[in-house]
Amino acid sequence: MLTEEELNEIREEVKMYPIPSAACISALKIVQEHRKWVSDDAIKDIAEELGMSNEEVDGVATFYSRIYRKPVGDNVILICDGISCMIMGYESIYEQVKEKLGIGFGETTADNRFTLLPISCLGDCDHAPSMMVNNDHYNELTKEKVMDILSKYK
Amino acid sequence: MEKPLTEYITPGSPPLSLNEYRKAGGYKGVDKALKTMAPAEVTEMIKTSNLMGRGGAGFLTGLKWSFVPMDEKDKPKYLICNADEMEPGTFKDRYLLEGNPHQLIAGMIVAAYAIQAETAYIFLRWAYKKAEKTIQKAISEAYKAGYLGKNILNTGFNLDIHLHTSAGRYICGEESALTNSLEGKRAIPRAKPPFPAISGLFGRPTVVNNVETLSWIAHITNKGTEWFKNLSISGTGGTKLYGVSGRVKNPGLWELPLGTTIREILDVHAGGMAEGYKFRGLLPGGASTDFLIEDHLDVQMDFKTVAAVGSRMGTGTMIILDDKTCPVAFVRNLENFFALESCGWCTPCREGLPWIEKILGAIEEGRGKMEYLDTLKFQTKYLAPGHTFCAHAPGAAEPLQSGLKYFYDDFVRHINEHKCPWR
Ligand SMILES: Cc1cc2nc3c(=O)[nH]c(=O)nc-3n(C[C@H](O)[C@H](O)[C@H](O)COP(=O)(O)O)c2cc1C
Ligand code: SF4
Repeated sequence: MLTEEELNEIREEVKMYPIPSAACISALKIVQEHRKWVSDDAIKDIAEELGMSNEEVDGVATFYSRIYRKPVGDNVILICDGISCMIMGYESIYEQVKEKLGIGFGETTADNRFTLLPISCLGDCDHAPSMMVNNDHYNELTKEKVMDILSKYK
Repeated sequence: MEKPLTEYITPGSPPLSLNEYRKAGGYKGVDKALKTMAPAEVTEMIKTSNLMGRGGAGFLTGLKWSFVPMDEKDKPKYLICNADEMEPGTFKDRYLLEGNPHQLIAGMIVAAYAIQAETAYIFLRWAYKKAEKTIQKAISEAYKAGYLGKNILNTGFNLDIHLHTSAGRYICGEESALTNSLEGKRAIPRAKPPFPAISGLFGRPTVVNNVETLSWIAHITNKGTEWFKNLSISGTGGTKLYGVSGRVKNPGLWELPLGTTIREILDVHAGGMAEGYKFRGLLPGGASTDFLIEDHLDVQMDFKTVAAVGSRMGTGTMIILDDKTCPVAFVRNLENFFALESCGWCTPCREGLPWIEKILGAIEEGRGKMEYLDTLKFQTKYLAPGHTFCAHAPGAAEPLQSGLKYFYDDFVRHINEHKCPWR
């Protein structure tokens, strides 16, 4: 079941559009904001709220890379592997994180603290290499800097 | 030198509030258009100004607006601001959104008035968290000041602007895919025709313009077309936000007259190559543009001049290839991106791009054969315009075909030496 809060937020978004189903992506984002990821049950609930079929909502959910259909850790690290970050050496940043956390792209640490994902370009290209942790951007990364940053996330 | 788009942007400081921007004259173009000009006059003025779209394709903005049907029965109509900016190596719209959202809103009000749209959306890239806040704040200030909502400035014109934050996928930036995404669907491009001006969002007449394009509109209605034309060196009109990323001394973004040479941008503004790195080539305007090399440094960065040497100005944000970066790895990185971001509708794009990426991977890792180079060339033929529904595939072909042309010897070296000479 969607919570009261989720429903209110979704209904606020629906007002922006002439048809409720247009708020589908926003609804998925809202649910994910509250629960970290979007489960099968959440898909059904959103479908019902917006008058769509489950398959339609799932089709949308699986299309967009920033909607997670599997559980993720408490914090999501997105390391940019875009071209500017490649030139500026994202690989050494990735190697460092991989070594320290013991996980590669697409994996979550055993304590569920971090999920590590690649991302193609964050629009911080003049300050590459870059990454995001949850909603925060970090630029001009070095091997030392990256571990300091991660220590801030519990 | 005038820098109208960035004049009021101070990196690190919050953007001007509506009152501050209005005091600086920023909303004059809105007052003038809504109070003294008919919608068709605004469109005509933008047409005369020769403003070319800054989203990458350089389409004439006034011309695009002139395709919108203008009868009362054609309402509702929509204006969409494309703030998706997911082209790798591109970071110019972010600067405008974070730095001066009122400039964009002022432009959107005039643009919506010109096409008589009463609802507008800003489609924002998911990663731009700071811009999300600055835009939201600016929109609510504009409602309070009576620049948005019903009966704007007592002219009878109504406009609502909504902010939509995206959920990822590069293809959302393609205007018809963006339209599907705003309708809550998978972001698959639509077959054209019909063009959005006739049937776009929710099947209604729609104009999609880039952030940088729309940021110009109220300046032009305020200061006129001659002023705008005189800002450029090449006569095309306006300034341009040019950016540089890669191994240069001073990567960044600068507002310069349209038509500034690549050499000036690289050497004067970006400070030349970083210590210990040599220049080998560049993509002039994002991942989906053809490589240029040393021979092209004196080319002016403008739509026509860059096209004349076989590439595109694209977004105007350059990515530099240096001598310590492997060109094969560079192209492979791009093709991996394009393969992942293909929406999957057309065969050459869905099947061709992963194939290309695999071949490039094999070459980079020393498992390549000479005949692979022919396969790559053959693939670029099917990615070319006319074989697919949208420009994603042709865009993907650009760095590959020009990479093969200018760095052919480097591809061959990988094959002959059975390894990457850069590793
Ligand atoms: C794959 C692809 C991605 C695109 N991404 C963007 C984008 O992020 N931002 C943008 O303004 N235009 C993008 N475009 C171009 C748009 O389709 C459209 O031409 C542009 O928004 C029109 O605005 P303009 O006329 O003001 O340039 C993209 C095109 C393609 C084919
Ligand atoms: S060219 Fe690629 S991205 Fe564009 S519609 Fe076809 S499959 Fe989709």
